[in-house]
Amino acid sequence: MPIEILMPALSPTMEEGNLSKWLKNEGDKVVAGDVIAEIETDKATMEVEAVDEGTLGKILIAAGTEGVKVNTPIAVLLQDGESAAALTSPSDGGGRAAGAGGGEPAAATPTPAGEPADPPHKGEGKAAPVAAAPKAEIAADPDIPAGTEMVSTTVREALRDAMAEEMRRDGDVFVMGEEVAEYQGAYKITQGLLQEFGPRRVVDTPITEHGFAGVGVGAAMAGLKPIVEFMTFNFAMQAIDQIINSAAKTLYMSGGQMGAPIVFRGPNGAAARVAAQHSQCYAAWYSHIPGLKVVMPYTAADAKGLLKAAIRDPNPVIFLENEILYGQSFDVPKLDDFVLPIGKARIHKSGKDVTIVSFGIGMTYAVKAEAELRGMGIDAEIIDLRTIRPLDLDTVIASVKKTNRLVVVEEGFPQNSVGDHIANQVSQRAFDFLDAPVITVAGKDVPMPYAANLEKLALPNVGEVIDAVKAVTYRG
Amino acid sequence: MATAARKAPAKSKSDGKSGLSAPKPADFTKDEELSAYRHMLLIRRFEEKAGQLYGMGFIGGFCHLYIGQEAVVTGMKMALIEGDQMITAYRDHGHMLAMDLSPRGVMAELTGRRGGLSKGKGGSMHMFSKEKHFYGGHGIVGAQVSLGTGLAFANRYRENKNVSLTYFGDGAANQGQVYESFNMASLWKLPVIYIIENNRYAMGTSVSRSSAETDFSHRGASFKIPGIQVDGMDVRAVKAAADLATEWCRSGNGPLILEMQTYRYRGHSMSDPAKYRSKEEVQKMRSEHDPIEQVKARLIEKKWADEDELKAIDKEVRDIVADAAEFAQNDAEPDASELWTDIVL
Repeated sequence: MPIEILMPALSPTMEEGNLSKWLKNEGDKVVAGDVIAEIETDKATMEVEAVDEGTLGKILIAAGTEGVKVNTPIAVLLQDGESAAALTSPSDGGGRAAGAGGGEPAAATPTPAGEPADPPHKGEGKAAPVAAAPKAEIAADPDIPAGTEMVSTTVREALRDAMAEEMRRDGDVFVMGEEVAEYQGAYKITQGLLQEFGPRRVVDTPITEHGFAGVGVGAAMAGLKPIVEFMTFNFAMQAIDQIINSAAKTLYMSGGQMGAPIVFRGPNGAAARVAAQHSQCYAAWYSHIPGLKVVMPYTAADAKGLLKAAIRDPNPVIFLENEILYGQSFDVPKLDDFVLPIGKARIHKSGKDVTIVSFGIGMTYAVKAEAELRGMGIDAEIIDLRTIRPLDLDTVIASVKKTNRLVVVEEGFPQNSVGDHIANQVSQRAFDFLDAPVITVAGKDVPMPYAANLEKLALPNVGEVIDAVKAVTYRG
Repeated sequence: MATAARKAPAKSKSDGKSGLSAPKPADFTKDEELSAYRHMLLIRRFEEKAGQLYGMGFIGGFCHLYIGQEAVVTGMKMALIEGDQMITAYRDHGHMLAMDLSPRGVMAELTGRRGGLSKGKGGSMHMFSKEKHFYGGHGIVGAQVSLGTGLAFANRYRENKNVSLTYFGDGAANQGQVYESFNMASLWKLPVIYIIENNRYAMGTSVSRSSAETDFSHRGASFKIPGIQVDGMDVRAVKAAADLATEWCRSGNGPLILEMQTYRYRGHSMSDPAKYRSKEEVQKMRSEHDPIEQVKARLIEKKWADEDELKAIDKEVRDIVADAAEFAQNDAEPDASELWTDIVL
């Protein structure tokens, strides 16, 4: 029976890719291990190898096709004695050879059913219950001049552009980390920087987080402006002493003489199916530390404007990104030098009935919940904190004074979460304005499990946000 | 009984690969001998006074004295040029005095006063001076090694000729990040001199009880970093090694390790009774290898100074220390508002 070759998932977060090139033609013999095609993911261009022997019977997806969903049949492999003439046109995967799992390249990756039913990286459009809800426009950021031309940009590109612009502007800025240079970034965030700036300023390090974090801080103390990329912030646990004891405290310990103008950046929080040691949000951890600034953007515009600000900031800045957001596109203002203020929250959508505060990937739940709530007649205000330290409590409290209700959404663990701190501050500063207890919708108090269903349960979800809003608005 | 009693220091040793071996002690001129004498004496008297003030309750917390090790920083400093950086751990008073930081500022920091180098907010272990290129003063054992490597990274980035003098002890030499730093420094040919002040005890644990390889000059072998053992009690030997090492680094050869064989007379900190070693061991080092007495003996032998001249230097140094102590006891504590300054810029 002919074997369908499926579009493989080539990373934990890949949902689709571009079929850039076929390296075999129809009619070519293929043996296991032959490279048959090149596929471009959001991270890299990957070669696809054949798993089975046979003859490439038919190419179903032409070279150059973009946005091919994972598990879409891309070609058919004929076994001995089978003829191309026997091929019927493929269905949307339903005609897949039964039990052909072993014969499908990389098709052992999770089927869509194995992914969170509510994949946060699909933006609002996809979740069925909200499909009918009107799309909420992102409220204009008062820091962006009205009438500015906007360009759709991925978070990944925005981060890269921010670094490139700052490196052009200031010769003391350099980037170091694992795979940042020749590999072009483990998540492709530093793509092209080596080519433009050379190995002096784009520095591949050995796998040595503790050491290179310290080297970065030392260079910063000497007056350079390092951008230290951690492949993920989970690995920065190895370096946390240098971040806290050396970077954050030196200015104070030196009586203001010597600080560390350094940015530590990289993906933070849960990606997809990478389990406990690779899935943790550090927002609350680092926000505990005086001497640090902690930024955690959601949109590409904020990623760009705030990373540029972080690089210019004379203090150590923890810049928490999210792998799932890297490929998402947002409008980014087309300005020569777009820098946003650190420490200022952004009203993502204004409303009057309840305040939903979130940040980073937590915003994806907030945004979807808001759309659904609108269908239920609840007009929620969404505040994107953008910076966790210093925290823009004034914006939160002003909103609470208007809506009298507050829900905080974050992916981190619940105890001593960012939401806990906000609830405490709001109860001290705006207690009389609260008509309901503050609720924090956080990740569950468990290490991140691997199994798809358990992972989904461990993360917050839109339903929990909606339930929390209903509770604080007393809508049974 | 301490197990680390060793033969006389001052063994020359080559790492066997780079062709480097401990140079002969430098021939000091009269001025150099006098200068070394004066600088070491300042550190000795300063530390004695700090110990006294600690006992009187003027200095709190931890206080790690450098008495016995004075030749190391003094000899190293003699090879530096403007812009060379120094960084060390918590036994840092001697390093700061060697880098010409004000004795008043250091002592007032020890007493936690507003005139201290860190406005009273850093204390004994945490002082810095951008102007004098002194980068601390670090309380986490071994952390300064990565930081010092970063200083060298900045030198290479700027393509200047400066060298980072990164000090750590025989105890810190067992921390993992030291070797992470060695690897990067060698890989990138960074101008850093790793100065391992082997005073034989990591707090109360002797080198032989804590280190599988007790020859610290070999600790860079896996990273192709040459190392030399130096008699850290002889300031001339230190100076000669410093000349060699700074030249090595300035010429673009990358890092170098200098194991300074030295000895601290006092306990690890003020609260350490030092029961892990014998009084005889300490006494033997003091009477046979004291760095200051060695210089003094040479000065007299060569008739470069007589007792009266040396007494005059002693008095001058005592006056500086007395002035620093006076200032440090009488200066005001930091204003309460300082609690909230210097957290972020």
